[in-house]
Amino acid sequence: MGERSQILPHEHGPQVQRLEDNYLTHTRGLSSWLFTLDHKRIGVLYMVSVLASFLLGGVLALLIRTELLTPRQTIMSADMYNVMFTLHGAVMIFLFIIPGIPGSLGNFVLPMMLGAKDVAFPRLNLASYYMWVAGAIFVLASIIGGGVDTGWTFYTPYSTTTNTAVIPVVFGAFLLGFSSIFTGINFIVSIHKLRAPGMNWFRMPLMLWGLYATAIIQVLATPVLGITLLLLIAERALHVGIFTPAYGGDPVLYQHFFWFYSHPAVYIMIVPAMGIISEVIPVFSRKHIFGYKAIAYSSIAIAVISFLVWGHHMFVSGQSPMANAIFSFMTFAVAIPSAVKVFNWTATMYKGSISLATPMCYALGFLFLFAIGGLTGLFLGALATDIHLTDTYFVVAHFHYVMFGGTVMAFIAGIHYWWPKITGRMYNDRLGQLGALLVFIGFNATFFVQFLAGTKGMPRRYFNYPSEYTFHNVFSTLGSYMLGAAFLLVAAYLLYSLVRGKPAPANPWGGASLEWKTPSPPPPENFDHEPVAGDPYDYTYQEYDPAVGGYVDKDQVKRVS
Amino acid sequence: MNSDSMLGLLATQLLGQSGPTFWMPPVGSRWAQSVDWIFYYIYYIAVFFFLLIVGLMVLFVIRYRRRPGHEAQPSPSHNTPLEALWSGIPIILVVTMFWFGFRSFMDRAVIPLNAYEIQVVGQKWSWQFQYPTGYVDSSLHVPVDRMVQLTLTSNDVIHSLFIPVLRMKQDAVPGRYTKTWFRAELTGEFPLLCAEYCGTGHSDMLTTMVVHPPGEFEQWLERASNFLETMSPVEGGQRVYQLRGCKQCHSIDGTAGIGPTFKNLFGHPVQLVSGQTMADENYIRQSILEPNAHLVAGFDPVMPRIQISDQEIGAIIAYIKSLSDAAPATQPAGQADTAAAAGEQSPAPATQPAP
Repeated sequence: MGERSQILPHEHGPQVQRLEDNYLTHTRGLSSWLFTLDHKRIGVLYMVSVLASFLLGGVLALLIRTELLTPRQTIMSADMYNVMFTLHGAVMIFLFIIPGIPGSLGNFVLPMMLGAKDVAFPRLNLASYYMWVAGAIFVLASIIGGGVDTGWTFYTPYSTTTNTAVIPVVFGAFLLGFSSIFTGINFIVSIHKLRAPGMNWFRMPLMLWGLYATAIIQVLATPVLGITLLLLIAERALHVGIFTPAYGGDPVLYQHFFWFYSHPAVYIMIVPAMGIISEVIPVFSRKHIFGYKAIAYSSIAIAVISFLVWGHHMFVSGQSPMANAIFSFMTFAVAIPSAVKVFNWTATMYKGSISLATPMCYALGFLFLFAIGGLTGLFLGALATDIHLTDTYFVVAHFHYVMFGGTVMAFIAGIHYWWPKITGRMYNDRLGQLGALLVFIGFNATFFVQFLAGTKGMPRRYFNYPSEYTFHNVFSTLGSYMLGAAFLLVAAYLLYSLVRGKPAPANPWGGASLEWKTPSPPPPENFDHEPVAGDPYDYTYQEYDPAVGGYVDKDQVKRVS
Repeated sequence: MNSDSMLGLLATQLLGQSGPTFWMPPVGSRWAQSVDWIFYYIYYIAVFFFLLIVGLMVLFVIRYRRRPGHEAQPSPSHNTPLEALWSGIPIILVVTMFWFGFRSFMDRAVIPLNAYEIQVVGQKWSWQFQYPTGYVDSSLHVPVDRMVQLTLTSNDVIHSLFIPVLRMKQDAVPGRYTKTWFRAELTGEFPLLCAEYCGTGHSDMLTTMVVHPPGEFEQWLERASNFLETMSPVEGGQRVYQLRGCKQCHSIDGTAGIGPTFKNLFGHPVQLVSGQTMADENYIRQSILEPNAHLVAGFDPVMPRIQISDQEIGAIIAYIKSLSDAAPATQPAGQADTAAAAGEQSPAPATQPAP
């Protein structure tokens, strides 16, 4: 502590940009990472783990797309293909995208945005990470056991009758659910109890509103998934009749249980992403976020309404027309808060000073792709059109536009936005922009054509397909190769920056939330003095200082010069 | 024929007749037309809002890009009338989308009383369509311009009957019945697919819907229903093999599929999980009626139990005999040559894949 206070002459001089003693260097050795209670280190552990999962899921995706280069068998058997798309879905959903933003970026920035030293329950936080590891081990163990061919939805009675390794994957997903619940509890309590002086609910950065709404869904919906998966295991192992007609069960009941979690779960995936966009767009436009309260409330509205729309996955399952009508209506209701957010983000840029730094490129890409993802959801919410489009590639494309075009784009935007804070290094912004452009083009090439295959009637999860869809599939596959190459570029310059990157200043982009008021990388306890929160979107008091390479308070510039 | 036909009429005027559009396949029924109308209604609204958002975004990025001498200008960060406007207009629009989708769906959900009923059974990996005569076919035959009701169920896992040209999809769920109806208005043959993932052969579970011109459906059904009376047992058995889903898994050319091949099966020893047996009439009969009772080594217990008559079983046995070089006695003259030729091509009677 003495060492640090010597180089931190706070309030009497310019803001300290870098510290020798930061959270990365404070303690050393493998065990200092594996048993860390520091939210920042747990965030980094999560980051490495979920990105490794993203790599695995991405390789599986490229194998799937390669198989679909020709209408018949190309590189693998039908059974292997079924295992591949199941694992692609399970890995991407359960290991990557659900824990992704809250576990990695959320863990890192939430306490800092609050102005706190850590989350409310640091040990629970570490337990959450190890629950993730345990779940991942079970999911990956099933690969060694030959894989699973049920699809990530584990629909009964297929999942109770197939002879593949269903139980390890399902149990893995069960454990991953606990990981998610632990994170959710931690975030809710932290946001309620650990806000810095001056930070009332409406001075919280919108990222925190997003994480808060997400945590509510995690805590309330995930237990239902846990119960459902345990019942599925009980049915498969002990032949208890719940979901399988042969034992006296009802397969449609499984779908209700499963989607009761899994529809809210898509909001677990997208709402934190919306939080990131709500940070990036104002910072890079140098403008106060437009319609703060509308964005904040819309996150909560999404969290609430998301529990009432699950039946829209089941319009052709045989559920009653009355249920279909209600779920269709509620589905349109949940579209409104998302639309409001998009309008607000767009309006935020009005009269700004818009920088096209890498995080902003991804945020703009997000707006473009999420608009398509959201608007194509309208076709699936309307009953008559859903009957034609459900279970076709239209759904595959819609889902990827929301989850990849939305969540993943925002996640990468967030990684680039907080990278200097996390690593203390700057990456090459030119390569970053190029990477964003290639990801954007590759993504559209891969998925847009799938809308067309879907409306023309190509069902999803098809190993062989009628030759009339050859063009769509070949085009999509070539796009996916471009997308894969783009990610290699992104990974390359980010990893390079760890070694050779310029040291990052405390506030390279000019953010006004509290995490930018501490050096990069932050000290182990985040702040040297307890920070006082102001308006997180007021940038008028900041100025770019070329000597520092980042933004500093205007009065500090005066004092120095 | 209320809002269905109204929307259909509107659709006819807006979209022209039954040809495919850029996004949609050909239109096979008036209901399909109303689906397309709703699709394009949502589509144009979606395109408008997409262009609005992306247009503004691009405009702002160009106009307000960061450059020397350009600073962010102050503007309000909140505007209640504007925010009410951009919440209110989408609410009104999505309510209309819901309403059109709902009205059209209700025409589909309410099944007309006098519809012609066809029973549909989905199974791994074929469809069985049973007509009122009791005849079962692997493709769907319907008369044009007549209301047809489908009552669906499944023998194993969930399947979903999907006819793109009718914009129609309905799950076939084991242990319960689901219903749908349609009125095909375009004659010809159209693809019919399985849309709910069901395992190895999911993407091969496709067949055709044949829409017969006026008067021809009844003739077809009469002719088809009596095929076992009019054909020789071997020909009849071959037809049963094609119609009842055997061919999805059992080859007749010696290659092992999802199930063992039928070539050179009859009269040869069979290696079961539980021991060895001889493939005779009783073995085949039992394998059909209790598919997984005696599992052949090297195969999974995936064969569904199907509703099948003794006459059909007899025909299948005759057909399988005709495919074997060990059962020449029962061959009818017409089949003998082909079977013998097939036998010459592979003289070694390898009936089993290597364990």
